[in-house]
Amino acid sequence: MYNNPYRGDFPIFDDTGLIYFDSAATSQKPQSVIDAMRKYYEHANANPHRGLYSLSAEATRLYERGREAFASFINAGDPRQIVFLRNATEALNLLAISYGASVLAPDDEVVIPISEHHSNLVPWQQVCKRTGARLVYLYTNEKGGIEDKEMEKITARTKIVSFAQVGNVFGLALPAEKIITKAHAVGAVAIVDCAQSISHMPVDVKALDCDFAVFSSHKMFGPTGIGMLYGKKEMLEKLAPLLTGGDMIEYVSEQETTFAEIPQRFEAGTQDVAGVVGLTSAIAYIRALGYPAIEKWEGELTSYCLEKLSVLPWVVVYGEAEATGRRFPLITFGVEGIHPHDVATLLDTEGVAVRAGHHCAQPLMRHLGVQATCRVSLSVYNSKEEIDTLVDALVRVRRIFGYAD
Amino acid sequence: MQIEQLYREVVLSHNKAQKNRRHLANASVSEHGVNPSCGDDITLELEITSDHRIRDISFVGSGCAISQASASILADLVRGKSVLEAKELFDLFFQMIEGDEADPRLLEASVFSAMAHMPARIRCAVLGWRTLEKALAPYWNEERQEPR
Repeated sequence: MYNNPYRGDFPIFDDTGLIYFDSAATSQKPQSVIDAMRKYYEHANANPHRGLYSLSAEATRLYERGREAFASFINAGDPRQIVFLRNATEALNLLAISYGASVLAPDDEVVIPISEHHSNLVPWQQVCKRTGARLVYLYTNEKGGIEDKEMEKITARTKIVSFAQVGNVFGLALPAEKIITKAHAVGAVAIVDCAQSISHMPVDVKALDCDFAVFSSHKMFGPTGIGMLYGKKEMLEKLAPLLTGGDMIEYVSEQETTFAEIPQRFEAGTQDVAGVVGLTSAIAYIRALGYPAIEKWEGELTSYCLEKLSVLPWVVVYGEAEATGRRFPLITFGVEGIHPHDVATLLDTEGVAVRAGHHCAQPLMRHLGVQATCRVSLSVYNSKEEIDTLVDALVRVRRIFGYAD
Repeated sequence: MQIEQLYREVVLSHNKAQKNRRHLANASVSEHGVNPSCGDDITLELEITSDHRIRDISFVGSGCAISQASASILADLVRGKSVLEAKELFDLFFQMIEGDEADPRLLEASVFSAMAHMPARIRCAVLGWRTLEKALAPYWNEERQEPR
């Protein structure tokens, strides 16, 4: 039915007419990832880092192999620079609570773009409240970009700059290198949230020269429950653990504990080995597809979707790529005269799943002067035929609302 | 298709007519309700007589079609009723939302029985009713203590 070489890899689409346009929230999972996790539980399940028997050693090997696979995937150099956590949000919280609280003082500043997801906003806002530091926003222009003039807000008072490489509302890349260079020039630490970017573009943390970067397995074809933190070695070594307990210790006496080396010291308790096995398989899936093929397929879909939407005079698309910039496969839009929640509910009756709401970016919605928007986010399993269905469904929604377009 | 039917009825009968969307000159109660997560925002205004009858009711606000139409239908339904009759309708509405068959007394509001199939939107349909509850709670309490 669909002219798509990738769709068959994803069992959720078997025998269903599901049109899934919410990959920015979470991607669907290829069969290979699901199989890898099942196989782990069927043949290799044990508690890693503990048992002196071979099954536990195998679980440990699989877990650490995932760390190596991810380190090499983002060019981290040393696998010890990768910490497995529950999600990108937890990684950002670790940074805000552990690093932020230890360096911030009154009159210091944390700088983030207004377009940030709540996960990269609320933790900073809260640590600023606790420490008396100020949270300073870089405001986006009407196209969704950040102008050079805004970057002047990164000053000697700035201690931390944290931003998403690709935003989850505009689908545009921020000038990461420029922001990181500016942050380092004033002596600030640069943190990059790669949750949206890594499923669409290669991430090279060494080339970026960021101090920390955070990732989310479930947005890159992997399972939920796994988030990744990358840090420069000297930065991770400075970071106090947030959670303590088993598996993160070296020696424990009645009154004192010494912690394990990085990265174990951040991984308290039994870890999600099956999740890491799934992530390892997801990395293999992305490597097998290759970023050039992903970029080509998603790029064509995105252009096609934008072109089709531009024909509808009652659709307004938010954000616009600069002439040289890339539009990632994420399009946020509004339908004139109809609340986004009503649009999404009616699209759902036609089997089309889109996101509607504030996309976990309420301050940005206020900055844009809208309550909510609709968002279509695409992945390799989407097809032009599905975009045609979306457009037909949008026309129908307008008719239901009594518009004679 | 129940959901599309809901929209056709809701949209045609209310969002276009807007007859209940206004301020009251002699409001005795004004109550504000919001759904913070989706931005639905409603202010109900009620004129309540000394014998606890809802002489008139209106609303202003913004939000999705379901939240706004539900508030408008609610206004039609409770206008002219005593506060205790409004309480009865309130209870019937929530019983329907929770899956019971719509009571005939709910009239046009019975269209929201479709909410059983759209759990994500229930808070939109009940916003007006929750706001009514806040507005009338003092009267309900008073009636309970000194039945007329």
